[in-house]
Amino acid sequence: MNEDILAISRPVKGATGKTGSWRVFKPVIDREACNQCGNCSMFCPDGVISEDTVVDLEFCKGCGICANECPKGAIKMEREDK
Amino acid sequence: MEIPKEEYILRCTSACAGCSASLALRYVLKACGPDIALVVPACCTSVIQGIYPNTAFNVPVYNIAFASAAACASGMIAGFRKQKKNTKVVVFAGDGGTVDIGIQAMSGAFERGTDFLYICYDNEAYGNTGMQRSGATPLGAATTTTPAGKNEWKKDLDRIVEAHNPPYLATACSAYPKDLFNKVKKALSIKGPKFIHILAPCPPGWRYPTEKSVEIGKLAVKSGVWVLYEREYGKLTINGPSKAAIIKPSPLSDYIKMQGRFKTAEAEQISKMEQRILANQNRLALEEKGIC
Repeated sequence: MNEDILAISRPVKGATGKTGSWRVFKPVIDREACNQCGNCSMFCPDGVISEDTVVDLEFCKGCGICANECPKGAIKMEREDK
Repeated sequence: MEIPKEEYILRCTSACAGCSASLALRYVLKACGPDIALVVPACCTSVIQGIYPNTAFNVPVYNIAFASAAACASGMIAGFRKQKKNTKVVVFAGDGGTVDIGIQAMSGAFERGTDFLYICYDNEAYGNTGMQRSGATPLGAATTTTPAGKNEWKKDLDRIVEAHNPPYLATACSAYPKDLFNKVKKALSIKGPKFIHILAPCPPGWRYPTEKSVEIGKLAVKSGVWVLYEREYGKLTINGPSKAAIIKPSPLSDYIKMQGRFKTAEAEQISKMEQRILANQNRLALEEKGIC
């Protein structure tokens, strides 16, 4: 059976577009204050924060959970300039 | 247990910012690994995948009608086992598809002893159609169909499932992802029908700012609204955070005040809720000690 003609969706990056465009506030990490505990990447609902705490701003929706859960208060949510 | 770094959801789903159901799904899929088939009835998860021919989910997903998720999973399991495949079948259903519409299919699958894992993520209303009341909506909560607050209690789904005597039943919360991961791992190591009920706070539906999703989940557990426990072959274990909450609960008002949906709740309803939380905690604590 030729699988290409089956009416099934196939996994692609960016299947719902660049969700980073939804963002009103972006997370900015203070590297000096950060102790690499990993809470931000653990609690990110979309998994856009890597283990070494780099935020993928192409897809980050700006919910702010990372800033709220950071025990060091090292993440600030800053308004995007439009 | 070490949580794998592998992500099974590609960037990014179209879930709302701060969605705790997608946070829960991230850890469920990490625990399941690549050899699974996900069955999703109508719920937020069937909407956030993306539009045909693209999907953000990097695992096989079967989207099915509201009432038939567990029946579909039963058929899939029968097919896989006939082909001598060990693929795990996991149902990821919302509270509407479990508590209200999907309950008879789920009850049937539990009765037949289908070897699958049924996960209900509970945002306490029909989220993807715009927050209509469901059987899982708690007393006093306003939804678009109960604008003055719901007058009935939340349906106690866990005790309904418990009555089927499944080998494994657990409650979890998206604010405790490691606990959720361990529970899914444990469930998949057991043969037979398994059930996990996840509380998933919903920012637009519960009317709170997006960044509070994890904080509210933790408050639900700390105030005793949600009790984290496991039942293995009937034997009850209350998990750490809920044990602490039974000894020293945080006030229910902290949880209530953060959410816009409880704005119309009356003082009488809140005191009724407090009483019920206490009764529920007592019942579970006594059962764990083996007293009743």
